[in-house]
Amino acid sequence: MRGNLRTFKNAAWLGWQMESNWTDPFLFATYSIVKPIAGTLILVFMYLVIAPHGTNTPGFSYMFIGNALYMYVAEVLFGVTWVIHDDREHYMTLKQVYIAPISFYFYIMGRAAIKIAITSVGVLLTILFGIFALDVQVSLASISWPLLVISLVLGLAAICIMGLALGGISFLTAKHGQGINEGVAGVFYVLSGVIFPITVLPPWAQSISKLLPITYWMEAMRRGLEPGVISALGSTTGMSGMDNWFLMLVLILSTIAFLFISVGVFRFADKVARMKGKIDWTTAY
Amino acid sequence: MSDSWVIRNLRAIRGRAYPRVIGSLREPSWVFFDIALPLLTVAAYVYLYKFIDAPKEFVGFVILGGAMTAFWLNILWSMASQLYWEKETGNLSLFLMAPVSRMSILAGMAVGGLFFTSLRAGSTMAIGIIVFGVSLSLSNPLMLIAIFVATMVALYGMGMMLASLYLLFGREAYNMSNLLTEPIYLVSGFYFPVRSLGFWTAAGASVIPITLGLDALRQLFYPATGAQYAFLSIHLELVILSVLCVAFMFLSKASLDYMEKLGKTSGRLTLRWQ
Repeated sequence: MRGNLRTFKNAAWLGWQMESNWTDPFLFATYSIVKPIAGTLILVFMYLVIAPHGTNTPGFSYMFIGNALYMYVAEVLFGVTWVIHDDREHYMTLKQVYIAPISFYFYIMGRAAIKIAITSVGVLLTILFGIFALDVQVSLASISWPLLVISLVLGLAAICIMGLALGGISFLTAKHGQGINEGVAGVFYVLSGVIFPITVLPPWAQSISKLLPITYWMEAMRRGLEPGVISALGSTTGMSGMDNWFLMLVLILSTIAFLFISVGVFRFADKVARMKGKIDWTTAY
Repeated sequence: MSDSWVIRNLRAIRGRAYPRVIGSLREPSWVFFDIALPLLTVAAYVYLYKFIDAPKEFVGFVILGGAMTAFWLNILWSMASQLYWEKETGNLSLFLMAPVSRMSILAGMAVGGLFFTSLRAGSTMAIGIIVFGVSLSLSNPLMLIAIFVATMVALYGMGMMLASLYLLFGREAYNMSNLLTEPIYLVSGFYFPVRSLGFWTAAGASVIPITLGLDALRQLFYPATGAQYAFLSIHLELVILSVLCVAFMFLSKASLDYMEKLGKTSGRLTLRWQ
């Protein structure tokens, strides 16, 4: 176990260096802040064009917080998968990592951990920007901390686990990893009630939404972070009939299910990649 | 018999455009991703506008903006970053040794990129129009073509300039292209009328040709209501875009010469994995 923890720590340190040491700390901090804030401001201006005086509304807060939390889905999912692609095709070090006496799972999770840490800073800054500059309806006094923390941990675990499956698939594909990643994240963006309630979608799409764990994660996170907004929107969210225990149960069961599925997919892809000699395969990225 | 300088450079343009044209059709799954991924963002923004009861022309604005993102992404990842990738894969030194103008190589990249990106953007727009039932006006097709051509020439001129500026980058290239995605979508008004950012912000963003191009295209596709959200008149935007075409061509040549010289003296033109 100590060896695995050492692998995790060193992989996280390597990930941090790869993320940040291409520039000086000031530029890196600027880069880390500007990108998420700009992405959020696109939605803010879309909203303001239609409702010029309307940021202090439940609808705006729903959209803003959902978009901030979605950064975890996009960045962490992408980060986990990108480890395989980057190490294999760009730095050509995947082979060395493979033959080292370490657990590859802990290596990937270490690399993902630093992605979660960096994304957390972006999410936190975006939410603070929303609260102080745009009257987003989040109040420290009304936050349900147990629900928020448990949902966050479960959701991040589920996203990392999904990333593991996608990383396995990227072993076998030529430059498809990014497209598959963005496609999966994009489906979540449209169907999981990220920037609008799922009731806006056509009925057939709402049925798909209710099969996606991210839909439940978004709802649970919002109930923890902005319970007033969820109460105000009522049945508009399409999830009002579900209590918090049900949301937690869905999250726990889906995380366990994805754990088995993802490890299975990863092991299968790993086996095929070894048999076909794709561990050190390059496709001129 | 040796070829003339002009023929040699025309061949260089064709040669550099060729892999992009052929490559665009070689892997159908990439075509699928290139068309489907922008549609997912477009769909999300369309439903957001529906959620906040926006006028229906905003659905058209989003589809148009979503289609145009393909061109901006192509500029960032297949023009600006290209010489960096060429350096990483070892091709850059071959380009520099070839007896042709570097501008021909950049022009070939632009021509090939414009071809395959137009196919993808056109497909994204067509599917978006069908799926979301959008109707567009084509009352002034000549102006539409003029605006689109001027936007693309200026935009790819900008891409050629950025390619030379990226020449000395290491991993900054990847991060810089990442950084220039959402902020440019924001200031150029890809998904909402740029006028809502205020005059001076919109004026500053007009250095990016796609800002004015999008604004003019919105006015042309929605003549009845487009002017309500317009930043400048279509004719003025065409004049500014024409000026940008010339300016970026000149700047791309100057920056390429300068950065190549700087790269040679600092020994960074063949440096990999920075």
